[in-house]
Amino acid sequence: MKYSPIADEHGFYGDFGGAFIPEMLRKNVEELKNAFLYYSSEPEFIAEFKALLADYVGRPTPLYYSKNLSEKLQAGIYLKREDLNHTGAHKVNNTIGQILLAKRMGKKRIIAETGAGQHGVATATVCALMGLECIVYMGAIDIERQKPNVGRMKMLGAEVRAAESGSKTLKDATNEAIRDWLANVDDTFYIIGSVVGPDPYPEMVAYFQSVISDEIKKQLLEKTGKENPDMVVACVGGGSNAAGAFYHFIDSDVQLIAAEAAGRGVDSGQSAATSVLGTIGVIHGSQTLLMQTKDGQIVEPYSISAGLDYPGIGPMHAHLIHSKRVQSIAITDNEALSAGLSFSRLEGIIPALETSHAIAALERLDIQGKTVVLNLSGRGDKDLSTYLKHL
Amino acid sequence: MNLREKITLTKDKKLSIYFPAGYPKKDSALELIPRLEKSGIDFIELGMPFSDPMADGPTVQEASTIALNNGMNIEVLFEQVKQVRETSDLPIVLMGYFNPVLQFGIEKFAEFCKSTKIDGVLIPDLPIEVYIQKYKSIFEAAEVPLVFMVTPDVSAERLKLIDQQNSPFIYLVAKSNITGSNTLFGTEDIESNLKSFSERPIETPVVVGFGISDAASFQDATKHFSGGIIGSAFIKSLASESADTFIESLR
Ligand SMILES: Cc1ncc(COP(=O)(O)O)c(C=O)c1O
Repeated sequence: MKYSPIADEHGFYGDFGGAFIPEMLRKNVEELKNAFLYYSSEPEFIAEFKALLADYVGRPTPLYYSKNLSEKLQAGIYLKREDLNHTGAHKVNNTIGQILLAKRMGKKRIIAETGAGQHGVATATVCALMGLECIVYMGAIDIERQKPNVGRMKMLGAEVRAAESGSKTLKDATNEAIRDWLANVDDTFYIIGSVVGPDPYPEMVAYFQSVISDEIKKQLLEKTGKENPDMVVACVGGGSNAAGAFYHFIDSDVQLIAAEAAGRGVDSGQSAATSVLGTIGVIHGSQTLLMQTKDGQIVEPYSISAGLDYPGIGPMHAHLIHSKRVQSIAITDNEALSAGLSFSRLEGIIPALETSHAIAALERLDIQGKTVVLNLSGRGDKDLSTYLKHL
Repeated sequence: MNLREKITLTKDKKLSIYFPAGYPKKDSALELIPRLEKSGIDFIELGMPFSDPMADGPTVQEASTIALNNGMNIEVLFEQVKQVRETSDLPIVLMGYFNPVLQFGIEKFAEFCKSTKIDGVLIPDLPIEVYIQKYKSIFEAAEVPLVFMVTPDVSAERLKLIDQQNSPFIYLVAKSNITGSNTLFGTEDIESNLKSFSERPIETPVVVGFGISDAASFQDATKHFSGGIIGSAFIKSLASESADTFIESLR
């Protein structure tokens, strides 16, 4: 079977994807799709996107041979340093792309949802850069547990609005952002932060994030003489950093590993391990794997990591996991915490709690003697208070 | 007579009420539907509650959460409709998000609609293209018509497609928003949009929803159309137990 990061004309990856949206949003979503299809191959747009990634974001990010971790796990481990991007995570690759589209579409008002706050910060940043109004929806619980990012968003001039419904986390922030969009269809551009939502978002966000694997290929060739590693490992909330890291390896025999959040354990009732616990359903405009009751009500997810605390998964990943092209591994809170703490001391890099799930996955995989790229999706400053409680 | 015929039979503006099944009490629909029939409501939109209603404001969100906590689901809803049907002929349109219907099973859902004589089904997040491609044959076999939403700026081509679905009515959303928000009916902008929409060539009767909250907005909203739907304002009146006074105030 041939796999691709590109959806079919209706936005489906196999059975997953599509645009399950109310009629009121149809025109906006269609406009966006047309703009994306046009500009993603327009030389001037691409040049501006690349220039900002280089000079504003600081790309290419290093591919660092992780000597200490490699010795410990007896493998050749390379870290793709997305934590070194401006704003501290991969999220900004996507917000740069989407803000350039918003500009060209003449939109004046930007909204976003955020979990860990990294996407919120990345959106607030590009809005400041472009002089656009910015409103970020964030679950009330996430506002509490990711305080530093709330402060950063405010300082950048964004308004942070608390989502008080449901589990008060990423799912609910996304609901509120969609409601805002419905109420402001004329002037508002919704910058979604992951490869979720209605078509064209999953494919578009993956495209903007694909710079990650594009660089990995070139850097690995330079360092090892081979473009492809044996394995790429990334954490998955909605799945945008994983989509970017997998993108140019999807149609190859490179092993692709998605680390999801098991929370307190896959069977604990407090988990966000969508690929294990999910069944096919519709959330936020997309048909995908979804944690739900037998009645089709969405189950409130749980993870210590605000960025992975989501009951769905991007439709491309749902398809790749369902067809066994991508292997998923569920990592508990405790595994992630201890991986993050020991990695900090081993490498001198404090990873985001999300990323720590991917680091923990390495210990569970058979990687001896293999060349492995770990996507270091973000830095852990925002998570210090959580880490310090477990030190 | 089917609902479409009932709507078009007389010229008076048809008034429809939306509330989620299971609110405020699990069995409330059993009592509310006959009561609304008595007070002269023309048809009901019975909500199938969902945990994450993306097009709804706080009033419907809260009512849906309470309904779910009361144990409402589609199975229970159909049992209640069956019971209501023993004493009431009030037309019922089911309205709800796609996921619970998908999990219930589309074939089973269509069969239950048929056996409980449901007059129409509105699934706001099921686009007409997906419906036609994957589910239309199932609903047609069960003789259950779907209702589709449009906004005033809908393209001619799409409006034609929707007009061809044999729906009981077309659900016109005057201005995109979440439920329960205040649509400024009567203002120049909205009025001119509504008027020009009313001049478009369609056969299906048009009923207006979203943002109607009282007699004045009902009048302004339905001026050019067959009727209007009231949801959040009615749900609020249920909480204060002034539902009957509220319904009276609308006519
Ligand atoms: C550092 C970091 N990694 C990963 C994620 C998870 O998102 P995604 O799965 O879209 O990469 C987040 C989300 O906030 C994040 O901040």
